[in-house]
Amino acid sequence: MAEIGTMRVKSGLAEMLKGGVIMDVVNADQAKIAEEAGACAVMALERVPADIRVQGGVARMSDPDMIKGIQAAVTIPVMAKCRIGHFAEAQILQALEVDYIDESEVLTPADLENHVDKWKYTVPFVCGATNLGEALRRVNEGAAMIRTKGEAGTGDIVNAVTHMRSVFGSIRRLGSMYEEELYSEAKRLQAPYELVKWVAENGRLPVVTFTAGGIATPADAALCMQLGADGVFVGSGIFKAGNPAQRARAIVEATTHFNDPAILARVSAGLGEAMVGISTQSLPPEQRLETRGW
Amino acid sequence: MSEQLRIGVLALQGNFREHAAMLRRLGADVTEVRLPHQLADLDGLIIPGGESTTIGKLAALYGLDEAIRAFPAPVFGTCAGMILLAREAVDGTHGQPLLGLVDIAVRRNAFGRQVASFETDLDVDGEPEPVHAVFIRAPWIESVGPGVQVLAEAAGHPVLARDGKYLVAAFHPELTDDTRIHERFLDLVREEQGVRA
Repeated sequence: MAEIGTMRVKSGLAEMLKGGVIMDVVNADQAKIAEEAGACAVMALERVPADIRVQGGVARMSDPDMIKGIQAAVTIPVMAKCRIGHFAEAQILQALEVDYIDESEVLTPADLENHVDKWKYTVPFVCGATNLGEALRRVNEGAAMIRTKGEAGTGDIVNAVTHMRSVFGSIRRLGSMYEEELYSEAKRLQAPYELVKWVAENGRLPVVTFTAGGIATPADAALCMQLGADGVFVGSGIFKAGNPAQRARAIVEATTHFNDPAILARVSAGLGEAMVGISTQSLPPEQRLETRGW
Repeated sequence: MSEQLRIGVLALQGNFREHAAMLRRLGADVTEVRLPHQLADLDGLIIPGGESTTIGKLAALYGLDEAIRAFPAPVFGTCAGMILLAREAVDGTHGQPLLGLVDIAVRRNAFGRQVASFETDLDVDGEPEPVHAVFIRAPWIESVGPGVQVLAEAAGHPVLARDGKYLVAAFHPELTDDTRIHERFLDLVREEQGVRA
């Protein structure tokens, strides 16, 4: 009869988000602005990554009251973040009936070796990855959606591009290998052979793959889409800029019309100041969030 | 038997790639529709699942709402596409864009949030074998007008229906390998071509 929490149902929601923009919001007012601008989902969190960088300290799961306030304010899916490996936070987020859990490197990791066993949950998980091996390890743990990490809270797109080129480039290379080469390639990627073989045969990850980390302009969104992303997460890039509503709408339009430079030129005009940002090349290694996750 | 059908898939946001793949398997010539002029000369259109507010707002920005209202050929809406085609959304979401082409009232996220999303076997009118159906934060049809033919129900509510040249489904036939629902839509397209010819 009716089955809930199957992989098809979990990955199915990610399929419905494709071609869309998922926006970080810290309160109900921002969530409404995001929905009005055409966001396909919102990520409820207490501090956007740019503020986590400035303020420091331990970044944790958001207050359930704040998540409920956002759930009450919008009809689009509401996602929320738990710390890497913090399965109790994940249990709480499932009890709150969030639509997706992001096991996120933006928060301070709770476990330096293990991620959450995501197969145990009815709510689907999205996880970050910087390369194909990392993405497949997360899928093996039950992630129903992947996002390349980029470098959150910087407004600098360079790491997102690096990670997409790494993931999608590795997938293309797998497609050109002989079958007997896939065994050693699986070992090199530190990923299960069956998943590596599936990717080699199908030319894509088994789950929807978004991009995150550093998207600040409509052009950034179009770049990610043209590089092969299924959609984009925008964190600090919207509400740390002037005219968030207008910028949010412009990034939504750019994500849909990513192959139409005339539309991209029109929606890029007159948006006011983008977030100031930080060049990721200037970040000391201990401030790089991309290295969190194993 | 006849020439290749030209079917558009509204590609503003959502699960349009899977619909396109399914239609190509069935031999159709598929066009991704993002702007009104891309509707020209199409024999039918699919409005896919996705977020109905997102798709509705993007459609209105580029005049696709009026273009779809004026589109003379059959339209098939799944999930968000069904909501967009409906006359009314009963939960009264502020600013919910509707095309108002199908005489049904729908309830958004009727089964609950994502934790309640499910898959099940569905008895479909005219199909000897059940159709395996995937419901993702799915709507259901709350009430239908007199001309609407209900083709399947789940939890006591219509989830597949036909209203003239429109077909609507609350579930996602593009997420399985079963092509029967898409075949029914292509049959409807041929039937309407016969009527207009």
